Amino acid sequence: MPSSIRTDSTSSRKVPEGLWAKCGRCSAVLYGQELERNLQVCPKCNHHMRISARSRLDSFLDKEGRSEIGAEFEPRDFLKFKDSKKYKDRLIAANKATGETDALVVMQGTLRSLPVVVAAFEFNFMAGSMGSVVGERFLAAVNRCIAERMPFVCFSTSGGARMQEALMSLMQMAKTSAALTRLAEERLPFVSVLTDPTMGGVSASFAMLGDVHIAEPNALIGFAGPRVIEQTVRETLPEGFQRSEFLQEHGAIDLIIDRKDLAPRIHNLLQLLTERNQ
Amino acid sequence: MITDHLEFEQPIFEIEAKIDELRRVEQDSDVELSSEIAKLSARRKVLSDSIYGKLTPWQVAQIARHPRRPYTLDYVEHLFTDFEELHGDRAYADDFAIITGLARFEGRSVVIIGHQKGRNTKENLERNFGMPRPEGYRKALRVMKMAEKFQLPVITFIDTPGAYPGVGAEERGQAQAIAQNLYEMARLRTPIICHVIGEGGSGGALAIGVGDHLAMLNYSTYSVISPEGCASILWKNADKAEEAATTLGITAERLMELGLIDEIIAEPQTGAHRNLEQTCEAMRISISANLERMAKLEVNQMLAKRYERLTSYGAFKK
Repeated sequence: MPSSIRTDSTSSRKVPEGLWAKCGRCSAVLYGQELERNLQVCPKCNHHMRISARSRLDSFLDKEGRSEIGAEFEPRDFLKFKDSKKYKDRLIAANKATGETDALVVMQGTLRSLPVVVAAFEFNFMAGSMGSVVGERFLAAVNRCIAERMPFVCFSTSGGARMQEALMSLMQMAKTSAALTRLAEERLPFVSVLTDPTMGGVSASFAMLGDVHIAEPNALIGFAGPRVIEQTVRETLPEGFQRSEFLQEHGAIDLIIDRKDLAPRIHNLLQLLTERNQ
Repeated sequence: MITDHLEFEQPIFEIEAKIDELRRVEQDSDVELSSEIAKLSARRKVLSDSIYGKLTPWQVAQIARHPRRPYTLDYVEHLFTDFEELHGDRAYADDFAIITGLARFEGRSVVIIGHQKGRNTKENLERNFGMPRPEGYRKALRVMKMAEKFQLPVITFIDTPGAYPGVGAEERGQAQAIAQNLYEMARLRTPIICHVIGEGGSGGALAIGVGDHLAMLNYSTYSVISPEGCASILWKNADKAEEAATTLGITAERLMELGLIDEIIAEPQTGAHRNLEQTCEAMRISISANLERMAKLEVNQMLAKRYERLTSYGAFKK
């Protein structure tokens, strides 16, 4: 069940002109450029705010030799879906807000000279929801990994399946999971990085199928949304429920790593995993 | 006579009540009423054809959730012999919202996996209204692996409002359990034939719904989210469920048009619960044909076709 995810309470609040931002957790007033340099992590309290897909890829990959994969696939409103707004209009608005054509950006490049394919979700594109284009780009990423024998790293941040694509979006869970069976046959690593939030159809498919599961600190990760659970069980949820540290305690993820350390640590992990493959 | 009618069946119910009444009068008083009865019966048929001929998706959803709708164990009883239920995930618990077991279908050994709802409050508490927890999915996975080992086809029956949204379910890795099943079912080296028999509720349904063939009973539904859930999230108004059901396209007919399912199994006009035998016969013919077709495929060829089908899902511009 896709969950509705709060979109603003813990992310940085933009102050006019983007010069200053306020930390959603400790309320520290932060200089925008400093926050950007710090990869949207609060220097005062280490709160990991959401970061755009492009900034994520930019900070993770080496500067040289990048090329985008699957940009040719673009969304189509095949159901003529209309709720309070038309899906078509939501797509246009999301494109205007983010500059992206859908919620997943895939890039081939190098991580400290190691060839990799990296995918990153754009949360501000319809809550990072997974529809047909996300599924197809994910498949294209896996296929490129297989063709050029590279590991695959995916940064998830998503509310789950995209309701506006109805059952087609549910089937993207089957599609992306199937794709990973081929990657595994080739003995190519898949590192799944779960960032705030990773829920519903994304957590219940490829995001939980990594050889290694990494989470950023205090990210909301789960299947059902906290509000849905609260309504079902009619009791308040335990402290820290569905947060990275809670998941690690319950055995669902391997590592919690600060954003600034992700590149060197994932580089190390990939080298350790593929030593005998080289 | 319809005694458990849904709101839209009310006009048919009223005619049937009249027919019953005339029959009683005829019996008790020797008055000749057969032409009246015939006339009403004809009207009943016309009315029935027109109501069931153009059911809205929301009405179909009500039939799919009908409290008397046949559940997995009804099909097990009518279509299989020598059933042995297998219990537990070998790690934590036995989840009664999913039943798994070995049985024979037309003399051939198979593995059965299906969601199971309860018929009354007590049963429903035991079955958790057909909403599995991670141990249910892990039990399913365990018997799938066994099916692969002994080269037995897997037959699944899908009927769930969804995976259970609970604290314990999250603690024990609901997302991971579902994901693992999607992954393993994509590569399991034995045929998997899936049937939506009632409610196909999102990831909780898909977790036993990946395979070589996906069939739906014609009054079952399959959706990424319940119409009520969709209405409350997108319309911010749960009363829009009827509209959401139409927009989501949750019926077998619509999903067939979209190329998301492979087969529609016909139910009696008034729904599977009104004629279990007829429904089971249609189901038997379908399973029989699919098993025979799958048996002819070499396993690598079967897996290649399955992969091709799973990765072809999607509608986008290129």
